[in-house]
Amino acid sequence: MTRPILQIEGLRKVFGGLVAVNDVSFSVAEGELLGLIGPNGSGKTTTMNLISGALPATAGTIRLDGSPITGLTAAAISRAGVARTFQLVRILPGMSAVENVIAGGVYSRAGRWGPEAETRARELLARVGMEGRSDLPLSAMTYIDQKRVELARALAADPRLLLLDEWLAGLNPAELQMAISLIRSIHAEGMTIIMVEHVMDAIRSLCGRCVVMNSGVRIGEGATADVLADPQVMAAYLGED
Amino acid sequence: MTRSVFIQLILLALVVLCFAALPFMTEGFYLTLAVNIALYVALCTAWTLFSGPTHLVSLATAAFFGVGIYATAIGVEYLPFPVVILLGGLAGAVFAAGVGAMTLRLSGVYFVIFTLGLAELARQLVTYFQTKIFGSIGLFVLTDHSEGDLFHYLLALIVVIFVTGWLIGRSRLGFAMRVIGNDELVARHFGIEVARSKIILFVISGAFIAMAGAIMAPRYAYVEPASAFNSTMSFLVVIMALLGGTRRLWGPLVGVVPFTIIADLISAYFPEHINIIIGLGFLLIVYLLKDGVSGILLKALGSNRLTRAQGAKP
Repeated sequence: MTRPILQIEGLRKVFGGLVAVNDVSFSVAEGELLGLIGPNGSGKTTTMNLISGALPATAGTIRLDGSPITGLTAAAISRAGVARTFQLVRILPGMSAVENVIAGGVYSRAGRWGPEAETRARELLARVGMEGRSDLPLSAMTYIDQKRVELARALAADPRLLLLDEWLAGLNPAELQMAISLIRSIHAEGMTIIMVEHVMDAIRSLCGRCVVMNSGVRIGEGATADVLADPQVMAAYLGED
Repeated sequence: MTRSVFIQLILLALVVLCFAALPFMTEGFYLTLAVNIALYVALCTAWTLFSGPTHLVSLATAAFFGVGIYATAIGVEYLPFPVVILLGGLAGAVFAAGVGAMTLRLSGVYFVIFTLGLAELARQLVTYFQTKIFGSIGLFVLTDHSEGDLFHYLLALIVVIFVTGWLIGRSRLGFAMRVIGNDELVARHFGIEVARSKIILFVISGAFIAMAGAIMAPRYAYVEPASAFNSTMSFLVVIMALLGGTRRLWGPLVGVVPFTIIADLISAYFPEHINIIIGLGFLLIVYLLKDGVSGILLKALGSNRLTRAQGAKP
């Protein structure tokens, strides 16, 4: 394993009396595509929110390339090099698709502005399969196209770590094939990615390694095929017995 | 600078020069009306610099305006008028920075209520200090500036506000404000310091409003807290800016001019009913003119070109 870009140790998040993330530790190597899986309500999205700084952690540390980012604001974490998509698409409705993508790079790690930012935005929109359609109004775009714009926006930040929060949810089978190959090609270019996902086919074909959570606890970690065959993991998904 | 921008600048300069000639052609009623219009164009445009992109309704206009008036009332005896205006702007900026740092982390309705209380707070504080320390409440503002002079100062201020707004619209800060206005959570996740950006805009807006107050002070002749910090002004600014539309830099302009003239006519013919009529007008604006007069104008022209005035492409 090459050097870890992200190290999480003893991460914990408590909402009132509910422990959403309970003492979770794992790390992600540079260039790795890690799947973060588990049943609904197992704390996956909360873990993503803790990494991106959307929520402050109750305890534990998160390090990005060796330096701690726990306690930093989401803006500071973005400048450090973490970019994300959101579970429910969050497109900027009052701006064009190109402006949406530019927005990803202006104040984040990329710090790109002016004609250079627009050129890069158009490149990225073409990269995610929006070539020739990047000037359509957002309201005329399909759900998958809005997801593509959101992915391009995250890529515009020049992230060292990309967080995809159920980016594949809600796609039809044809779109799913397209989306899987898109993620694969972005990963092949060297991007480090953590993806939270329910679509098992995608997990199997994309992720070399998986972390499994249930009720806030990490219950499994390892090569995808091994983890999915683990009786404890199967029990978590399908129930005991 | 491109050719078309250059031509637009020359046209703008010509328009400003035409207006500058106004005080030499008329005086009395029409000049007073012109000063009122210029004052509210300055106030509403400055207000929109902040409240347009953030969608946060600020009712602090009267507070900043009063700070400006007091800057002149205190300083004009010792310093030249233009210097006093700049100092008034500085005082407004400092005041806005303090208030902004305390309140701009608040959201929506809490911010509105706080700013509404601000003018009252400033009024009570000034009253307290004047009675305890200076022994009297009022201050005389004795200058030899005519209405025509005030009009020229306001015109210059309006030009500065528009140039500033235009520059912000083309800057990274202006772009950040548009992202914030669309989705704060996304803004934060792409490195934008939301609170800091809002405070910077609030400071710029507050400074301009205070400068307008400093310019208008000679009109009062005798300044006391109740007249300097008058909350009605805060509401009028909101109504006029919304009437014009807050999504474009020039939106408030097309709201202020008809509003001021109509309000003047109403108060001349129905002096008892002005508040009822303004209130009904406000309801109509909110229900029927969501994007203001400027939005209707743009739709009528069938062009989206001018929308970029406030949020030009980078």
